[in-house]
Amino acid sequence: MQEIPLTQILFVSTALFFIGMYGLFTRRNLITLLMSIELMLNSVNINFVAFNKYLFPDNLDGLFFTLFIITIAAAEAAVAIAIIINLYRSHNSIDVDDATEMKY
Amino acid sequence: MIENLFIHLRQELALTLLIFLLLFIKLGKDRSNESIMNLINFGLLLNLGLGFCCHEAGDLFNGMFTTNTLIVFEKDLLNLGILIISMQSYAWLKNHKQVIEFYLLLLTSLLGMFFMISSGNLLMFYLGLEMSTIPLAAAANFDLTKRKSSEAAMKLILSSAFSSSILLLGISFLYGSSGTLTFSILSAHINGNPLQLFAFILFFSGFAFKISAVPFHLWTADVYEGSPVAVTSFLSVISKGAVLFTLVNLLYKVFTPIANTWYLLLVILAAATILIGNLFALRQDNFKRFLAFSSIAQVGFILVGISASSQAGAASLLYFILIYIFSNLAAFGVVSTVSALTGKENISDFKGFYKTNPILSWVLTIALFSLAGVPPTAGFFGKLFLMMAGAAKGNYGIIIFAALNMVISFYYYLRIVKAMFMDENESPIQQLAIPAISKLAMFICVAGIIVTGIASVVYDYIYSISIGL
Repeated sequence: MQEIPLTQILFVSTALFFIGMYGLFTRRNLITLLMSIELMLNSVNINFVAFNKYLFPDNLDGLFFTLFIITIAAAEAAVAIAIIINLYRSHNSIDVDDATEMKY
Repeated sequence: MIENLFIHLRQELALTLLIFLLLFIKLGKDRSNESIMNLINFGLLLNLGLGFCCHEAGDLFNGMFTTNTLIVFEKDLLNLGILIISMQSYAWLKNHKQVIEFYLLLLTSLLGMFFMISSGNLLMFYLGLEMSTIPLAAAANFDLTKRKSSEAAMKLILSSAFSSSILLLGISFLYGSSGTLTFSILSAHINGNPLQLFAFILFFSGFAFKISAVPFHLWTADVYEGSPVAVTSFLSVISKGAVLFTLVNLLYKVFTPIANTWYLLLVILAAATILIGNLFALRQDNFKRFLAFSSIAQVGFILVGISASSQAGAASLLYFILIYIFSNLAAFGVVSTVSALTGKENISDFKGFYKTNPILSWVLTIALFSLAGVPPTAGFFGKLFLMMAGAAKGNYGIIIFAALNMVISFYYYLRIVKAMFMDENESPIQQLAIPAISKLAMFICVAGIIVTGIASVVYDYIYSISIGL
């Protein structure tokens, strides 16, 4: 069976990263923004795993980095959701357009 | 080996012990806020003292954790800063229900900064960075019922998550092009090929977010305005200082082969940062928002200094951060006392402040003079050394530009001094009873501003421990 070349995997991960970035810039719902950030972090994970497997299979630096990214993303999501819940209590909405008391 | 662990990690271990002690106090019976805060201040003071003993350079965990005299000095600076903040927020926290939670967040963030500063590996660096930013987002939301506070926390967590994912993409490409995460091996692999340059740009953008250099500064003012004053001062001084120390360490040690590339990047960012920070600071009325833009402008001056990539550049950064801790925290100390006792945070509220609170006005005046760079105060020498370091490369255009911008900055700093001393006000802020411990913190700040300006031994010591390119 033919092996998938590294460039194609990198294409997927880069596309995923910029889809996440697009979502972050255009979406208005805070939960969706969190999902977009998660998408960006996961594209980085794909990068690390692909580089590790294709270019440097002797040591496991990239795989371990991936594990830590997943852990930290979970921690970040926990804090962010707590903040969003508190925002909902004070604003009655989780739309970023409603949280615009401070500008310029 | 095991002795090394306790010597090199002594400050981190002491901080961890303090954090766990606080957890156990939280679980146990209720104690008065005063006793808890005194305990924390004592612990921080002890940790500061630990920094002054056994300056041994060394590595731990296969080079993941490095320490030397410079790094210990940087940690001491941050520790001193958080001690001053803790003393200043006494009036605010005295009757607060969640004192312990507040300190848990702040100390955890400080621990993360310690690990970030002494990291010798990209993984350790990333862990330290996240450990220092995630608790801060929770701390920004500490005024749970205020609308502005939750908005600020939302903006902080989203922008910091976004910036760290950009930084991570940069790290992944660096890993892909070199196959290692260790700084010392990585620097040998950097040769400036397009992939590495792209990775460096992404990596640097992540940093620029954290130090709020200009194209990435938009979150700063909102977060600073919405957060409680103690968190704002922590964000503007301590967290910025820690990231800048790490940035200099990385630029000078890891990215040395592409020094010409990042020199240009730093100069352009510095010019934009100084100009935008100054222009926006002119039109602010909220004191915290004003200090946010003034801190953006100060970061621009710092970037001029570190673009020199010499020993003088690194030394002037350290010296400037030392002064910046004293002068910015003195300003924040006055604002936090006034805000905790009266709830007023606008510059127009400070009209006629001198008539009712002469001592506080003088503290604020000295702090603002130091931030602006008026000669007898230390701020002048800090900026002078930054400019001198930047001039060493022979690029006088940016130095002249920065000096002209210092003139603009005089306008907005002195506007507050004018409001306090000269403007009439029907109902000025009444005379405030300041807690003794906050007075002590202000005294330390003012003494620091004056002494570090006069005593040349401080700069000489910092210069002797700094690293160059």
